[in-house]
Amino acid sequence: MSSPSTPAGKPSAPGKRYVARSKQVAARRLGDEVMIMVGSEATVYTLNEVAAAIWEEADGVTPLDEIVQRRICREFDVAPAAALEDALALVEELAGHGVLIVSDAPIAQNNPPAAPEKEPG
Amino acid sequence: MSSLMQEMGEKALALGVPLTVQLDLTYRCNERCVHCYLDHDDHGEMTASEYKKLLDELAQAGVLFLTLSGGEIMLRKDFFEILEYARALMFSVKLKTNGVLIRKREAARLRELAVESVQISVYSHRAEVHDAITLLPGSLARSIEAARFLKSQGLQVTLADVLMRQNHQDYSGVKALAAEIGVRFMLDPTITPMMDGDRSILSLNVNQDVLQKAFRDEGLVGNVEEFCSTPNGASADDMESFPCSAGHTFCYVSPYGDVYPCVQFPLPSGNVRRSRFLDIWNHSPQLNEVREIHLGDLPSCSQCVHGTTCTRCPGLAFLEGNMRGPSTQDCEKSFVRTGIPSKNLEAKRAAAADGRPRTVSAGLIQIQGVSPTPPAASARPA
Repeated sequence: MSSPSTPAGKPSAPGKRYVARSKQVAARRLGDEVMIMVGSEATVYTLNEVAAAIWEEADGVTPLDEIVQRRICREFDVAPAAALEDALALVEELAGHGVLIVSDAPIAQNNPPAAPEKEPG
Repeated sequence: MSSLMQEMGEKALALGVPLTVQLDLTYRCNERCVHCYLDHDDHGEMTASEYKKLLDELAQAGVLFLTLSGGEIMLRKDFFEILEYARALMFSVKLKTNGVLIRKREAARLRELAVESVQISVYSHRAEVHDAITLLPGSLARSIEAARFLKSQGLQVTLADVLMRQNHQDYSGVKALAAEIGVRFMLDPTITPMMDGDRSILSLNVNQDVLQKAFRDEGLVGNVEEFCSTPNGASADDMESFPCSAGHTFCYVSPYGDVYPCVQFPLPSGNVRRSRFLDIWNHSPQLNEVREIHLGDLPSCSQCVHGTTCTRCPGLAFLEGNMRGPSTQDCEKSFVRTGIPSKNLEAKRAAAADGRPRTVSAGLIQIQGVSPTPPAASARPA
């Protein structure tokens, strides 16, 4: 778990969780999945559509519940409470592998862009 | 290759995604290796801004694995600027370098930027041999220091050796040196013709006796019996397979923006200074022609007993005159590995016995042998 600072103008909200993509990994969207390489572990992770949506929204300043509400509940027809519970478990697991940074305050870092969508041919 | 990596490659192939790209940042070099295939003069390298624009396009095209190579990449004053940009776009970056300009500070910066791996060219554990190949006095000491600096940073490092007449007795020494430093070792058996087609450097290839020895070195090839086993020929399904990933999930971009199917396959397919990368990738007639070629479309190789086990490189076949033809260098490897001549070698022998003129180029006749391609030694993209 990290101990990030809070960027100016982005105060933390009680009970909120924030997630940011780690700058130490490599990642790219491949079809409906996101492939993530963690060099320090020599490991490849495949994120499914739901996990990929969280990854792409993990900008460090948007609370996880907002991400779940906006991307998961709308796109995947799932109840907010259950979706948030699953999302919390997922981000904690990914944080354990160095893929995401998770904090109870907004995360100040020059966050890399999410894996861009493949352009149409 | 792990099953997940294989799955990723298959998915990229199905989606038409260039999963891996090698980007050469310069052809300039501080070494002058006797076996190098490059023209080291600068004919107008892309600027940092041009590389950044290209990197944006590669990310949009779906490229994940990016190899930055040369020439010597560290000769570019803007190398770290380009690398930082690539890492910000979340490419998995592998570097190929001679390491001469990598000191503690550079190694630490590479670690900060989380490059995936660094490959350093080392041709012998003995300075008098290595430096005579690179023609740069003191280069072995500098390259080895670089490997140690990088290793101390926790980076994944590989010492990459090339088997040739000058150093064939030393690959075990380089391997032992790699083990002592705690890094990986690979041996590339392929001397590539010059990019302008000049094949004279192929005379540096080792003879068949040396190859035989290397093929039977468990430390290089793993299970010798399996590696040298008699091939079974190709099945009907095999006839639909592709020769390699060049042009399918892999391509190469030169310092001048020229796009090729592979670094070893100099078929000009477009230029990123004139066209968007993805337009070239999707619409280049040359790349599309390469993609149309299945094993069954190769007149000689489809009929050869080595059809599916041969390391045939379509780029070397192209350099030999026909991208659908055999790569004689790989025919030689298959022969030395198994003792069974390829279809192509049989035809050449028959032609020679009949007194008919050889179809092989003068450069190829100089090849006395080439070496095995052990699992970790392929110069081709995965």
